[in-house]
Amino acid sequence: MNIGAHYNYWVAIFLMMTGFYVVITHGNLIKKLIGLNLFTTSVFILYISLAKVKGGTAPIIAPGIEVYSNPLPHVLILTAIVVGVATTAVGLALVLLIYDRYGTIEEDEIRLKDDSL
Amino acid sequence: MELIIDITLLTFLGLTALAINRIDKLFCIIMLSGIYSLLCASLFVSMDAVDVAFTEAAVGTGIATVLLLSTIGATDTQQRSAPQRPLFALLVVCATGAILVYGTMDMPAFGDPDAPIHHHVAPRYLEMSQQEVGSDNIVTSILSSYRGFDTLGETVVIFTAGLSVVGLIGFRGMQKFGDRQRAAGITQDDMGKHLVLRIVIKMFIPLILLFALYVQFHGDFGPGGGFQAGVIFASGFIFYTLMFGLDAAMRVVSPRTLSYIAALGVLTYGGVGITTLLMGGNFLDYNVLRPDPLQGQHLGIFLIELGVGTTVFSIMVLIFFAFSSRKGLRQ
Amino acid sequence: METFLVLASTLCISMGVFLGITGAIGIFRMPNFFARLHAASVTDSGCAFMLLFGLMLQSGFTLATIKLCFILLFFLISSPTAAHALAKTALSCGAQPTSSPREER
Repeated sequence: MNIGAHYNYWVAIFLMMTGFYVVITHGNLIKKLIGLNLFTTSVFILYISLAKVKGGTAPIIAPGIEVYSNPLPHVLILTAIVVGVATTAVGLALVLLIYDRYGTIEEDEIRLKDDSL
Repeated sequence: MELIIDITLLTFLGLTALAINRIDKLFCIIMLSGIYSLLCASLFVSMDAVDVAFTEAAVGTGIATVLLLSTIGATDTQQRSAPQRPLFALLVVCATGAILVYGTMDMPAFGDPDAPIHHHVAPRYLEMSQQEVGSDNIVTSILSSYRGFDTLGETVVIFTAGLSVVGLIGFRGMQKFGDRQRAAGITQDDMGKHLVLRIVIKMFIPLILLFALYVQFHGDFGPGGGFQAGVIFASGFIFYTLMFGLDAAMRVVSPRTLSYIAALGVLTYGGVGITTLLMGGNFLDYNVLRPDPLQGQHLGIFLIELGVGTTVFSIMVLIFFAFSSRKGLRQ
Repeated sequence: METFLVLASTLCISMGVFLGITGAIGIFRMPNFFARLHAASVTDSGCAFMLLFGLMLQSGFTLATIKLCFILLFFLISSPTAAHALAKTALSCGAQPTSSPREER
C-alpha cells in the first residue's frame, strides 16, 4: 500500500484528534479555544487535500495549462477561514466576560466558585 | 518532489500540534498557533489552493494571533490546571481516530484525478467559467457568481459575529479610557519611544492599504478578493492602533462609523441581489445588470466583492477595538 | 548565458538555504537572547534575500521579477526593523548583551 496515497488524510485526522484531546482534557478556556482552532484547521486541510489533482495547478485560467485542481472546496474553505476567526472572536469575548465575573479562566476554579455560591 | 514537501509540512504541522498540547505558557501556545497557521498556508500553496493560503496567512497569523494576544493581555498568561483525566481522553481520542482512519481506507487516493469530487460540478465551472462569468480566477467566479448565495450567508455570519462581540464586551469605559491613561501618567503610549518602529510603520501603512486595494480589485485575475482584502486593510489599521494607541486610532475611524460601514457592506451585497430581482432576473443573477451579460457579471462581482471587503474590514477592526479597549480598562 | 543564469541562481538559492539552516541552528544553540536574535535576523534578511535573488535570476524580465523585487524591498526594510524592535524591548526589559555563557531562559 502506498503511504503517499492517504498520508494527508491521516495527518488531518491526527490533527483533528489532537485538537479534540486539547479541548476535552485542558481546563484553560483560551487553550480550549486554540484546540478548537486546531480541529477546524484539520477540516480545512482535509478539504483542500480532496481538491488536489495530481499534476494540476492553481485554478486560475492561463494559456497552455490543461489540468487544474478542483476550485469548489477552495471556495468553501476560504469563507470558512474568515468565519472561523469571527466565531473565535466571539468565543474570546465570552472568555473575557467569564474572567470579569469569576476572576479566572480555569474551568475547575469556575466550577468551585459556582458551587460555593 | 511535491510529495516530499507535502509530507514534510504535514509532519511539522503534527509536531506543532503536539507542542501546543504540551506547553502550558499561553504566550508560547499563541506563537505556536501562529506558526501552525503559516505552515498551513504553505501546505495550501503546495496543494494549489492559493486563494485559501492567502486568507489563512492573513487571518490565521495576523488577526487571530492579535486577538488571542489581547485576550491573554486582559486575563491570564499561564495555564494553571493539570489536564483532567488524560488517560480516559486519550482512549476516546484514539478510538475516534481509529474509526476515522478506517473510514479513509475507502477514500480515493490523494490527487487521484478520477475521484468522484472532480466529476460532479467542478468540470463545468472550469470549462464554462470564462464564457459565463469572464473571470480568470475560477475561485472568484464561484465565490461571487455561481455560489453567491453561500457567500452572502457567510458575510452575514461575519456581520453577526462582529455584532455579538460588540454586544458582549462592547466599548465599556471607552470615553473614560483617555482620562484613565492621563491619570495613570501615561501621556503618550508606551510605544512612543520606538522612533525607528514609528517611522517604518508610518511608511508601511499606506503600502499595506494600497496592497489591500490591489488584492480587492485584482481578484478577478489572480488570487485575492473581498475577504483577503478586507483582512489586509484591517491589519493596516491594527498596525496603527498597536503603534499609536487606541485613542488615536479611534480618531481616525470611530466605532460608530465602522458599524455603519459594516452594515453598508452587507446592504450592498443584498442590494445587488434585490436589484437583479427588480430587473427581471433571479436573485444575484448578474447577467441582467447590463445589456451584455459578461459586463453585467463583471459589475455584479465588483459590487459584491466590495460589499464583502468593507464588511470584513470593518468587522475585524471593530472586534479588535473592542478587545483592545478591554486591555486599556485593566491598566 | 542561459547556463550561467541557472548556475548563478542555483548558487544563490543554495546559499540562502545554507543561511536558513545555520540561522535555525543558531536560534537553538546560541547562549543568550541577543546572540539568538542575531541568528534569527540572519535568517530573516540574508536567507530571504538570497532566495529571492536566486528566484529573480530564474524568472527573467517578467512581471514576476518585479513582484519579487517589491517583496525583497519589503524584507529589506521590515526584518531589520523587527530585529531592532525586539532588541530594544529586550534592553528596556533588563536583558544585558553580555558575552557570558548560557543565561537562564
